[in-house]
Amino acid sequence: MQTGLEDQIGLYQKRIPIFTRSVKGRFRRFKTSVLVLAYAIYFLLPWLPWSRLDAPAQAVLFDLPGRRFLIFGLTVYPQDVIWLALLLFIAAILLFFVTGLVGRAFCGYFCFQTLWTDFFIWIEHRIQGERPARVRLYRQPWDREKVLKVGGTHALWILASFWTGLTFVAYFTYAPQLVIDFVTGQAATAAYITTSILTLSTYAAAGLMREQICTYVCPYGRFQSVMYEPETLAVHYDARRGEAAHGRASARAGQRTLAERHEKGLGDCVDCGLCVQVCPVGIDIRDGLQYKCISCGLCIDACNTIMDSFSFPRGLIRYDSEKNLASPEPAAPKVQWKRLKPIGYGVALVLMSAYLVYSVATRGSFDRAVNQIRQPLYVVLSNGDIRNRYQIRITNKAGQDQTYVISARGIPESALDLGNFREVTIKPGHSGLVQASVRLPPALAAKTRHFELVITPQGKPAEVRAEKVRFDMPGKRP
Amino acid sequence: MSEQKLQSQTVQTTGHAWDGDLQEYNNPLPVWWVYTFYATVIFSIIYWTIYPSWPIGKGWIGGVSDITYVNSEGETKTHSWNTRALLLEDLNQAAVAQKPYFDKISAMSYEQIAKDPEMNGFILSAGKALFSENCAPCHQAGGQGVIGFFPNLTDDDWLYGGSYDTIHQTLMDGRRGYMPAFGEVLDGEQIDQLANYVASLSGISHDSTKAAAGNALFHGETAACYYCHTSNATGRKDMGAPNLTDNIWLWADVPAADAAEGKVSAIRNVIASGLNKGVMPAWSGRLSPEQIKVLTVYVHELGGGQ
Repeated sequence: MQTGLEDQIGLYQKRIPIFTRSVKGRFRRFKTSVLVLAYAIYFLLPWLPWSRLDAPAQAVLFDLPGRRFLIFGLTVYPQDVIWLALLLFIAAILLFFVTGLVGRAFCGYFCFQTLWTDFFIWIEHRIQGERPARVRLYRQPWDREKVLKVGGTHALWILASFWTGLTFVAYFTYAPQLVIDFVTGQAATAAYITTSILTLSTYAAAGLMREQICTYVCPYGRFQSVMYEPETLAVHYDARRGEAAHGRASARAGQRTLAERHEKGLGDCVDCGLCVQVCPVGIDIRDGLQYKCISCGLCIDACNTIMDSFSFPRGLIRYDSEKNLASPEPAAPKVQWKRLKPIGYGVALVLMSAYLVYSVATRGSFDRAVNQIRQPLYVVLSNGDIRNRYQIRITNKAGQDQTYVISARGIPESALDLGNFREVTIKPGHSGLVQASVRLPPALAAKTRHFELVITPQGKPAEVRAEKVRFDMPGKRP
Repeated sequence: MSEQKLQSQTVQTTGHAWDGDLQEYNNPLPVWWVYTFYATVIFSIIYWTIYPSWPIGKGWIGGVSDITYVNSEGETKTHSWNTRALLLEDLNQAAVAQKPYFDKISAMSYEQIAKDPEMNGFILSAGKALFSENCAPCHQAGGQGVIGFFPNLTDDDWLYGGSYDTIHQTLMDGRRGYMPAFGEVLDGEQIDQLANYVASLSGISHDSTKAAAGNALFHGETAACYYCHTSNATGRKDMGAPNLTDNIWLWADVPAADAAEGKVSAIRNVIASGLNKGVMPAWSGRLSPEQIKVLTVYVHELGGGQ
């Protein structure tokens, strides 16, 4: 019986430290550019100024006490929770879509765990040196050099983690003031708690736990594999080319050129082990596709470097599909999108994105809720007329004061009594409550099942909104 | 089997031996468990120092932490930490937040309040809370009242007047509605005639012969109904005598009675036994002047006022 890798290594395994070798190549360049771009956005965005009338001048500010998210020119209120739902849906579908086409691209290039680990490894590399130096340092006793270098690495990690945590908090309050308050001890308790938790968790996750997060903690890593299909591109080792008839072998004299190797029945893999040394999750890609692989492509870069130095063709490790690798005559690997799943996900992605854009672009400048007062549902007045009352709540989502005109459609205009508020002016971000009462003589009341309350923002007749409401009287059944 | 064997090989003994070969396995608790246990001990000592903990006699150890808050009067209060003080802190924070509104309320006139959109919003929510807490037990949650017991505040009929001032007076001093029992001075026939006359005033089907006799009684000196209800039966607001000519009924449940006879009979009962239960308590001692002002505007808005 074949047992999986997990059965062989036991449940509680001590972590084997991984010292990755740095590597140059296409995928490394791509990863670095994603890292720089993502960090630039994450760390600088809270500092981007944006002039506002009624809020701090910060481009992206999640104003929790004010119950609104300010994102550049857009103000998002709790009523717009559908946008968040759409955004999450789009993110999920995008993940499914991309994974079906090119495997765990999110894990390898965009996941914050990968980005922060990458950055922390970069710090480690700058202070402690390349892989052999780090291995040596790890093995040597705790002398002055080791204390300085390891201590310095951890100190920088903690500093980076702290700034990560503080930056996160800066999205929720005015950033320049936060930094001053934070240092002088005047910031909100929540700011200190959040920053400490994020500092600790970033330090632990990116500095200490690293690949263990992906292997043991993260659910995505596990369930992304169910989205793989035989056509999905993933990082693969071309075993047929690498192993040939008699397996891989080092490039000793007599088996250095391709012609010599093929004659001896040796594979193209020179067993240099570089693909293992550069792997941030510490696996050997030559064992085949495995759940620990985050698909970062660094082993491709490593192998290509070696292949180049031997003047062997590139692509012994490459993005390819299982189906193509298994076929008798493998074609050049390419993205296979003409399948039901990617097309379905693609269509869902386009539809939902279009709806989100449409919904944001055509958002009204105000929200309204009209409720019939149910206690009592109707009142019989002294002359026999019937009165129904309605509560109208208008929320001004525009950036300035706005006057709203309320009128009725389907009943005589004189039947609508709004007290003093036929027109009501509401401050930006605030809600106004207006009580409307409608009085109809019994004969008309008996005929009126529904009518409409119409709210028109003054000066914006295009944004008029009508709300259909019921009219009740004794003995009338809906 | 093999597992047991394995254990006996690997588990250490305490090193003691009794009766020659009786040994004791040494199975210490896992290290993480022991340290967690120590951590909980240290945690509890820190907790006892900070928060109230051990009872001593009639008191308790208060702990070093305390709660400081500013009440709506601007005074700073400090209590040792307890959940009641936490609640007080919350209540006072709310009171401090409401204070500017109540200050504005007491400075503004009723008409100004009713015209200001922001204050109107405050009245609708604060008024609803005050009404639900103090008025709803009798007048019901929406102010619709109960026929036979408590007046409906949402219609356009006001027993004592629907202006801001009269509503305010009703709230401050309370009201006491009274109607003598005419069963003591009139016979059954006369009361029946009066009941038919009152029914005729509101257009309810009635016996017109009896109603004509009732009309005479109403305006005559035997029953003398017109003293309070006035000669055209529209009532007197200064003494809470209701208008008998409209469609609104408080004491006689006319709308609920199906047949005309039932409606007249409901009126007859009120005339015969009179009324001494229209009591509205005075709120001047129980609510603050600002709260009463909020309620005045709220109740005025409920029925559209006058």
